[in-house]
Amino acid sequence: MTVAELNLTTGYFWLDTVIKVAIALGFMMTLALPVIYAELKVMAHMQNRVGPYYAGGRFGWAQPIADGLKFLQKEDLVPRDADAAVYKAAPAVVVMATFAVFIVIPLGPQVVVRDMDIGIFYLLAISSIGVLGVLMAGWSSANKYSLIGGLRAAGQLIAYELPLILAALAVVIQAGTMSLVGIVEAQGEPLFTIGSVPISLPYLLTGQIVSFVIFVIAMVAELSRIPFDMPFAESELTMGYVTEYSGIRFAMFFLGEYASLIALSLVVATLFLGGYWIPVIPDDWLNLIGPMVVMGKASLVIFFVLWIRSTFPRLREDQLQTMAWHWLIPLALVNLLVISFVKVVV
Amino acid sequence: MTDNGNGNGNGNGGNPKEIKFPFAGLFKGLGFTGKYLFKKPATVFYPDEKEIPVPRARGVIALDTEACTVCMLCARECPDWCIYIEGHKEEQEPEEPGGRIKVRAELDRFDIDYGLCMYCGICVDVCPFDALFWSPEYEYSEHAVVDLLHDKEKLTDWLETVTPPPPLESS
Repeated sequence: MTVAELNLTTGYFWLDTVIKVAIALGFMMTLALPVIYAELKVMAHMQNRVGPYYAGGRFGWAQPIADGLKFLQKEDLVPRDADAAVYKAAPAVVVMATFAVFIVIPLGPQVVVRDMDIGIFYLLAISSIGVLGVLMAGWSSANKYSLIGGLRAAGQLIAYELPLILAALAVVIQAGTMSLVGIVEAQGEPLFTIGSVPISLPYLLTGQIVSFVIFVIAMVAELSRIPFDMPFAESELTMGYVTEYSGIRFAMFFLGEYASLIALSLVVATLFLGGYWIPVIPDDWLNLIGPMVVMGKASLVIFFVLWIRSTFPRLREDQLQTMAWHWLIPLALVNLLVISFVKVVV
Repeated sequence: MTDNGNGNGNGNGGNPKEIKFPFAGLFKGLGFTGKYLFKKPATVFYPDEKEIPVPRARGVIALDTEACTVCMLCARECPDWCIYIEGHKEEQEPEEPGGRIKVRAELDRFDIDYGLCMYCGICVDVCPFDALFWSPEYEYSEHAVVDLLHDKEKLTDWLETVTPPPPLESS
């Protein structure tokens, strides 16, 4: 039996769906741990420290697990004045919005929970539901830090949603499809041949460099990571909209943050870096090699995000908004115009 | 990116003749942190390996009871009143018959509460008889706050760890 004949489906739609969702859930949960560990270690070394060292015996590899167990043991506090139902539901909304993103991300031609024709549209729509959870957390905590943090987060996420969508739209125009599998396949199409070897390039190298830069900046802002962490702003807002959360609910926010980092990095890898596609390897093998390839590409993006975090200081609120509305959105519109023009003419 | 409006995130300033590429400062910063990723961290693994403090480090204050005259200047100048001194006067027999009786101060109690001390060193500076010294020792943490009160005997023990003063500068 060759790899090409290997059928990854059972033939029953619902059974397939349940298995795929379970795998996607487990995938997301376990992948967050090495990313947290990588953040601790990479940031530490960039700041001339060693980071976790003793947990787990060597290199502090067990530190994220130890942190998770600590969160589980802590008391789940609800402030007296908090709107308890909304307060308790908010972390779940944030995490579910992130989970839902994983459904359309392809790790291989068939290794995808659901390859929708409107994949990118669904992805961008569902990821903005997370903003709702953030606002719920900020409003229901009955805490001034939480409220300001929540409102700042809402303002920031709305501002950076636009360049993110416009940058993704440029890719959609070039690929001619909204399906993420379709976009990866479009990047696998050979552009020209050197001798008899067909050469195909990812969109990053074929005219989408501006979209890529805009998408990555907007992505870091969407994640509220450090140059854009006004919603948290530890030194002025304690912890923003998660100030009142403790124990498992805080862990859910924490997990959701890292899961959306992984999800958006996978999206960047899919849209701009060729996704699961890799040269030389025959297409039959992509179901097996693909997940490793796309995660390798995504981990480069994650590393870059961690690098940014340990390098740049926080932007002021007005600078942050100016950058989105005065620079990124006009740039994204011009970029979109140019890409559309090239697509029509060429 | 850090400035407001002109979109030129060049933070290196400095030489005005240097041609500034847009966002050069951002990449300079990234290069700086990237360089440190591959350097050996500066961390000293404290319980396993110990940092050797500089000779004149302000670790703990040592007391020379022989030099102390119970003048109380240190206790009065201490900003957080962490020095407790008690003493009494003792009359000394005159060396020759008919001589004057000398009165000498005897130190009964000299405690420094390191739970309160803020290591300003005013007591060391103010002592007119050079009875107080800085020692670079720093490992005297305790499980209970009360144990941080170092009495006369303990403060005298620290005297062994005091490093000799640095040589005077020539000219």
